[in-house]
Order: sequence, then structure tokens, then C-alpha cells
Amino acid sequence: MAVISLAQAINQALREEMRRDDRVIVMGEDVGRRGGVFLCTEGLYEEFGPDRVIDTPLAESAIVGVALGMAIYGLRPVAEIQFADFIYGGFDQIVSNIAKIRYRSGGQFSAPLVIRAPYGGGVKGGLHHSQSPEAYFIHTAGLKVVIPSTPYDAKGLLISAIRDEDPVIFFEPKRIYRSVKGEVPEGDYTVPIGVSRLVREGSDVSLITYGAMVYECEAAAEKAEKEGISVEVLDLRSLLPFDGEAIIKTVRKTGRPIIVHEAPKICGFGAEIAAFIAEREILSLQSPIIRVAGYDTPFPLVHEHLYLPNERRILDAIKRAVSF
Amino acid sequence: MQMSIVGCVMGAFQIISLDGSADEEHLPELSTSQMLKMYRDMVLARRLDSWLMRLQRMGRVAIHAPSEGQEAAMVGSAHTLESEDWVFPSYREIPVYIARGVPISEILNRQFCNEEDPLHGHDMAVYGSRRHKIVPAPVPVGMQIPTAVGFAMAAKYRGEKAVAITYFGDGATSKGDFHEALNFAGVFKAPVVFFCQNNQYAISCPFSRQTATKTIAEKAVAYGFEGVWVDGNDVLACYSATKRAIEKARRGEGPTLIEAFTYRLGPHTTADDPSRYREHAEVEKWRERDPIARFKRFLIRRGLWSEEDDAKLHEEIEEDIKLEIEKAERKRPLKPDVIFADVYESEPWHLAEERDEFSRFI
Repeated sequence: MAVISLAQAINQALREEMRRDDRVIVMGEDVGRRGGVFLCTEGLYEEFGPDRVIDTPLAESAIVGVALGMAIYGLRPVAEIQFADFIYGGFDQIVSNIAKIRYRSGGQFSAPLVIRAPYGGGVKGGLHHSQSPEAYFIHTAGLKVVIPSTPYDAKGLLISAIRDEDPVIFFEPKRIYRSVKGEVPEGDYTVPIGVSRLVREGSDVSLITYGAMVYECEAAAEKAEKEGISVEVLDLRSLLPFDGEAIIKTVRKTGRPIIVHEAPKICGFGAEIAAFIAEREILSLQSPIIRVAGYDTPFPLVHEHLYLPNERRILDAIKRAVSF
Repeated sequence: MQMSIVGCVMGAFQIISLDGSADEEHLPELSTSQMLKMYRDMVLARRLDSWLMRLQRMGRVAIHAPSEGQEAAMVGSAHTLESEDWVFPSYREIPVYIARGVPISEILNRQFCNEEDPLHGHDMAVYGSRRHKIVPAPVPVGMQIPTAVGFAMAAKYRGEKAVAITYFGDGATSKGDFHEALNFAGVFKAPVVFFCQNNQYAISCPFSRQTATKTIAEKAVAYGFEGVWVDGNDVLACYSATKRAIEKARRGEGPTLIEAFTYRLGPHTTADDPSRYREHAEVEKWRERDPIARFKRFLIRRGLWSEEDDAKLHEEIEEDIKLEIEKAERKRPLKPDVIFADVYESEPWHLAEERDEFSRFI
């Protein structure tokens, strides 16, 4: 089986779906000849031509608004927002129009489309190339929100997203586009939306995470192991809907949940998971629910490695949990 | 007046003068029965509108956005559409639905939010129907414009001859989505018609607060396609301008922006009080330009219609509407758990849980 990067896995998913289904088109800024600024659409323009790989004007609201029109027509558009930080230009279209078309049409119309956007920090991108805006979208009924962390999941989830009958916001952890490689089968397979992945089994502490933070959590778990603490790592993969069963299972097992994400802490997705656990599993808890998150400042340029949750901060949280 | 591309236009394109006389040279090719159908649609829209205003005042239907005074713009433009064409309206387009053949029973089911409401009670003041190729408006202003462009681009990609027409008001032209969508359409030569009803008010703010340009039509120049300025109270002028734009789009020659210059005689919605921001005299001046009265004078002048025909038509329509209101009001209401319907194709676990909780309290 070929070992490829996360970016290459996304490329492969797009290519295979475009070959399989001529309703699938790709659109966005620089997705054509340039192949995308992160090369996720590399080679698609050459294979499928300008009618299916559309370099658009620089206009985020129209990119997603036009994608909705295409989806209503019956196509399966995959719109790329060059950086998740620029998605706010299309925010109104996404939350008011795309997310609600099924509802406000009484089920007569739907928006089977995907909006892909590289997100997250760790690339020295400064405050407008590093944000994690997932919570804004998880708060919106009608959307699905997905974040893969491995090449295998990136391909399988993107194929699921393209085939889904509802709009999917697909955030890609750009920090690990190339650094993370893994085995990805050629050809058709899917990873279902709404199902998490148990990265690592453990019995003392549960790290509940997603995106690039999966790797920080794994590193922290390794360190903790050496100190005799057994750590489970759960990669949520889907944030809306999220895998409530798996969260309950790991909390019952360890009693010490720690949620780790890059996004700022206040009203971040960790708050929802913490409330979910508190509402259902309070008697399973052996320690307070802990969140390790980005700070509630704009994303910094300097010292971003100190802003982002890292192995040290996660290990500290693990120790706080077990010593409670 | 010559219909022309803005840039060399002197005034809005007009065919029927206020007195009902016509510019014979520019009369569109329409049969008598087609013209009478247009007239009937305008009258039906007006009477239904008047009923909806009253029903809202009586507390029998929810909010209504009246179309009084704009019937020529909507009926004239919508009569140019073929069955394969698609409509992306705003929230004031009942005359368009009527011209598109939507039965008033369906519009009333919508307004009463009864069990046959095609939108399942999920939104106010808007309407949509896959069967009639009408995509319901998102209420935030101007948001449907990029959607229409995307639909048109998809039709073009598929090699279909369908054209998309989108309706919006003068207020919408101030929004970013208007600019982004028209720019997109120009770049991709999308088969779309942008139909702006400049009714001169965005709730209370006059047209002069939306733009410093004399017309909206001239904005098309900046997007690289044609803009047409048309008398929005002249149904034949609106018909001709739109027909030309639709045919052009169907031939693959790209989009057109039409500005139908008209006037909103009523309030913005039933929740508005226009006496707070405009003079009665201004409204009266525009009542003299009433599009229905003007078209009627035209039809009578040409011997196609009479006052007796007109009285009979009004009576018939009034009876129809009353009957349909009665029927719509008698239908059962939507069930409470309809609020959980149509969120996703298949219900995720968290919604199923919330629906269970909800069901304990009804």
C-alpha cells in the first residue's frame, strides 16, 4: 500500500471522486493551474479541465454561494476556501443560506456540497493564516463538521463528505499536510462521518482531541506511559455530529477526561464535550474535566509554539488529573 | 423610448404611456390571450395581497411582505420564463409565483402554515416549489443572488438551456453578495438574469441612501455586461426587457442586469409604518402610475377589454380567494415535531435525543 501525505490523500480523494462522478467539480482561489496554495488540487486542472476545476474570482461569499446554486442544480461542488481564516467572508452564506436550505424549503432542496479549508496554527502564519474556527460552524444546525488527522481518514472522510446529502465543512490541519504520512489504499473506501477513532488505548486518563493535536496528545501519552500513567487517545474526526458513545466509553473507562484543541478555550468545542460528559457521566469522573486549548487571544505570530497546546502542557494536565 | 444599454440611455424604457397609449414600434409579440393572462395575474396578485394584509391585521396569518405597485415588474418578467427556467426570488414575489402558475391555494397553505404548507412552517413570508422551479428565498437580503449564478453555471456546464432569474430590491445592491455574484456571472458568462426591482425604499431608507449612481442598471457596466433601465410599472416594457435578457442568456451570451424602476405602494411588511418616513403626497403620485390601471387603459384602448369584463374578473377572483382562504384555514395545523424535520437527510443522534425530550412537553 502506498504511503502518502495528508495533502496527497486529499488530492487522491478528489481525483477518484471526479473520475467516478462527473457531478463533482472543484472550485476556489488558485485551485486550477496552481493546484491550490497547498497543492491539494494539483494535477486536477490538467486531468479534468477548466469547467470542472474552476479558478474563481477572489470572493469567498460568492464561492460558497455559487457552490450552493450548483448543488441545488444537482452537482456535487467541492469549494475550497484558501485558508479557514478567510471563511468569514462566506460565513453568512454558509450559516444563513447553505446550512438552512433543507429546512427552509421544507426538504424540497438540499445542499450536498463540501467546503474544504486548511485550518490551524504551527506554520508561522500569523493571526490570519492560523485560526481554528470550527466552533462557529458546529453551532449551526444543518451543517456537518469534519477534521481528519491522518491521510487514511482524510481520504475516506472526504469521499464520505462528497457523497453526503448535506453540507460538510471539511477543515484540514495544514500543519500536518506534509509531515504526516501514512498508508492509503488506492480506490474506493469511506470513513463514516460521526465516528471517532481510538488512537491509543489506556486506562488512567482520556485525551479527547482532533486535528493536528492528535500527534501532540500521542507524544504526551508516550511520555506519561514512561512515568507509569496509562493514557487513552480518542481522535474525534467528526465534530458535528460527534461520537458521543465513544466519549462515554472512554470516560467510563478512565474517569479522567482531558479535551485538547487548538481553538481558543472560551466556547471552544471542548466546552461542549465537557458539558456532554458532565451531564451524563458525572459519577464516572475521578478528576475534574480539564481543557487544554489555545488561549483567548488572537492567534499570535511570535511564540506560537507556546500558544498552541503542546506535549508539555498536555503532560501537565495529565499529571493534574491523576493527582487530583 | 428605445430600450438600450445603460451608458447611452436617456430614460427608462417604456412601451405603455400613463394614458394607456403605446409605443407601437416596440410592442412585444404577444397574443391577446397572453396579455389578458398577464392582466389577470396582476389583478389576482393585487387582490391576494390585499387579503393577506387584512388577514395579518386580523391575526389570522403571520407577517406578509406586500407587493402592491410592483405587479408589472414581476408579472411582466416572469411571463417570459420557459418551463425549464429557474427562479431565485426575494421575499416579496407573490406576483412572480402566480405568473409561474403556482395555485393560490399553495400560497395560502404557506401563509397559514397548515399541514399542506410546502415549507413545513419553517420560515415566514417566503415561498418555494421544486415543481415550479422556485427556490425559496433566504430572508437576509441579497443572499440568493450568488445561488442563482451557481445554478446558471451548473446548467451551462451540463449544456442545458435553462436560464436562472433572480429577483432582489434596490437595498440588495448595496450588499457584497450583489457585487460578488454579478462579478462572478460576468467572468463565467453565466446564463442568468438579475432582475432588480428598484421600489425606491429599503424599509425606510430611500434609494439615495443605497447608491450615488443615478441608476442601478449602470452598475452592470462594471461587470462587463449589459444593464437595462426599464419602467417597472409598465408590464410590457418589463416583459420585453426580460425576454431579451432571457433569450440572450439562453444563446450563451451571458448575463443581464435589469433595473425595473417602480414603487412600493404599501409598507415594507405588515410590521412597518411608512407614514414615519415618507409623505402621503408621494405615495399618491405613484398611485397615479399604478401598473394595473395603466395596463387596463391600454387593453381598453385597444378594444381587448371593457369595464364590464373588469368588474366580472374582480368578482371572480374575489370569490376564488375567499373560497381558498376558507379551505386553507380549515386544514389541520402542522404537528409540533415538524420543527425537527428537514434539518438533515438522516437524523443525527443528538437531534433524536432532543426530539424525544421535546415530545415529553407537548
